[in-house]
Amino acid sequence: MPNMSFNKAPMPEQDPRERSRNFSEVSMGYTETLAKSEALRCLQCKGSPCMQGCPVNVRIPEFINLVAEGSYEEAYQVIRDTNSLPAICGRVCPQETQCEQYCVRGKKGEPVGIGRLERFVADWHMAHVQDTVGAVKKSGKKVAVIGSGPSGLTCAGDLAKKGYDVTVFEAFHAPGGVLMYGIPEFRLPKALVLKEIETVKQLGVQFEMNMVVGRIHSLDELTEAGYEAIFIGTGAGLPSFMGIPGENLNGVYSANEFLTRVNLMKAYQFPESDTPIKRGKNVAVIGGGNVAMDSARCAKRLGADHVYIIYRRSEVELPARREEVHHAKEEGIQFKLLTNPIRILGTEKGWVNCIECVSMELGEPDVSGRRRPIEVKGSEHSFDVDIVIIAIGTSPNPLIKMTTPGLNTQKWGGIIVNEETGATSREGVYAGGDAVTGAATVILAMGAGKKAATAIDEFIKNKSGR
Amino acid sequence: MYQIIKKVVLTPSIKLMEVDAPDIARKVEPGQFIILRIHEGGERIPLTVADFDREKGTVTIIFQEIGKTTLMLGTLEEGECILDFVGPLGVPSNFEGVKKAAVIGGGLGTAIAYPQAKKLHGMGVMVDTIVGFRNKDMIIFEKEIAQVSDRLFVTTDDGSNGRKGFVSDVLRILIEDGNKYDLVVAIGPLIMMKVVSNLTREYGIKTIVSMNPVMIDGTGMCGGCRVTVGGKTKFACVDGPDFDGHEVDFDEAMRRQSIYKNEEKISLEQHLCRLGGVLNA
Repeated sequence: MPNMSFNKAPMPEQDPRERSRNFSEVSMGYTETLAKSEALRCLQCKGSPCMQGCPVNVRIPEFINLVAEGSYEEAYQVIRDTNSLPAICGRVCPQETQCEQYCVRGKKGEPVGIGRLERFVADWHMAHVQDTVGAVKKSGKKVAVIGSGPSGLTCAGDLAKKGYDVTVFEAFHAPGGVLMYGIPEFRLPKALVLKEIETVKQLGVQFEMNMVVGRIHSLDELTEAGYEAIFIGTGAGLPSFMGIPGENLNGVYSANEFLTRVNLMKAYQFPESDTPIKRGKNVAVIGGGNVAMDSARCAKRLGADHVYIIYRRSEVELPARREEVHHAKEEGIQFKLLTNPIRILGTEKGWVNCIECVSMELGEPDVSGRRRPIEVKGSEHSFDVDIVIIAIGTSPNPLIKMTTPGLNTQKWGGIIVNEETGATSREGVYAGGDAVTGAATVILAMGAGKKAATAIDEFIKNKSGR
Repeated sequence: MYQIIKKVVLTPSIKLMEVDAPDIARKVEPGQFIILRIHEGGERIPLTVADFDREKGTVTIIFQEIGKTTLMLGTLEEGECILDFVGPLGVPSNFEGVKKAAVIGGGLGTAIAYPQAKKLHGMGVMVDTIVGFRNKDMIIFEKEIAQVSDRLFVTTDDGSNGRKGFVSDVLRILIEDGNKYDLVVAIGPLIMMKVVSNLTREYGIKTIVSMNPVMIDGTGMCGGCRVTVGGKTKFACVDGPDFDGHEVDFDEAMRRQSIYKNEEKISLEQHLCRLGGVLNA
């Protein structure tokens, strides 16, 4: 009998007052009982509408049915068939705009908690099953993957399954890209990310850390070294600044710097870890996306009394996930909506002490369909802050483009590819993820990595005349 | 892991290490830098490459022990390893069309100016090198840099060796004596590079400085190393570290260099305290 409850089985969470002082994971995940009960809400629809919302085509009703039966490992295998990083996707995908958006149960009440179930299954597998690798017939052909974020990991994993010798080149000392440096521990525990990457390593993928491709090896040199194809998954890591006065004052961070210090370098454990970070009493975060929410919630956990999100549109337009906005509010983050900073002011010694803003109102929709914010005359106002974090977006890192002749890019830096295959303007070079689209989602990057792996396989097979 | 092949103690607080890093050694050019991390939980620090040997596959770094990380690095011996060693980073120096140059190194900057002088000298450029130290005990790399200079001028702040005074004093004299430099390369403390840049601006001599701001990744993804150059924000790790000295906002750079002064002190004190604990145990 299906469970006809209108609401998702609630997921246990840390108390907001408690969790805003630690970096442990906020959501604690389903128990078996909760998972089974939620799985029974799935109606096993013919045609599986939910699947059209999943960029990597997880066979959703099939795995959920197995959860309902208590066959968790079988459910895991169904997910892993198309998704290399289920414990991550279950946590960070914006399911409300993907799989769950198409769920029939969502028409009357809440959709099935697909993400929560995926997470449960992946966590259950990690806790109970030792992975073993089946023998893969090696083709003896080498492929290079640049960047070890979600697109690179997925592409590498899929190619390894197809028998290629895959080497991933990563600029940082740790793999994972944004999963390691960007998304905080309290949303995505790093031990879990490393464990998911371990499953990719077990497929035989080699990882070379500390390799800034473009500086240490050029794409041409990789080709000369015998790599038959190259996948570029270098992400969109170049931070945008606003260009307002005071942005170079001490205490102004890009969200990338702030989050890298906190997440990758564990600056919240300073001085036990060596990387320092400035802890503010009053912190302003500029922007309204997930990165802004992550930055604000980190600043709160570092001990700030007041953390403000400054966003120039209104609450409905906030690009962050609803769940993250909700969590941020629960933790006491204050939202200054319809507000835009015009300058940052500092002390004589050059430290931030104040931010000046104007109020905004929403005008007619612009080309993107969003109502354009317009400054309200005479609405200048300012308040005290000692740290400012700028989270207004990122664009693709230009290093590969700068050092690779013949690689065509958009004016804003995105690598131009064939949408079906990920093929770039250079033969044998493929790209995907944020490096192509600009900042998007983990799951879209994974989808792009998957597509490119298929295309690379075909490209190499055709090349070798098989 | 990157093995330390050779270690030389240049002064009690300045050490040289030749590190086994063949991929970097093959590619690196003067002006570029590396980022290293000693151990798990360690921070990433940038160090300019002081020399390299493509055949041996080694990269030479020279550092002064000023905080926890450099002190810990200084305790590593030949045969031991550095956990992470990333490079080459930054853009190589560009010396096209230069006929006569003055290379200026201040303190530790002397070692960092060495590959620049070596490259210029190797290109057939006339090189006058001016190096300055606080006192005679701080002098490093004198012999090496002499070999790649047409003329070498050594100064000490207190006159304990060479000429008394600052590198900028010597540069002014040389310029006023009629030496026609078409390039000045200044590498050392920000204040020295600022003074030199102000001086050469008077004479309209092109001046390159090598910035060394706070960095994390060194690949252009955070902007922690931003420097205002000609009124525009630049990332020293990808746009530099070389910049036109006449365009750099040195006052801002000096201010930004001090962001973590307190934290650096806490980190160092705690480290020394722990060392003391171990020694007393």
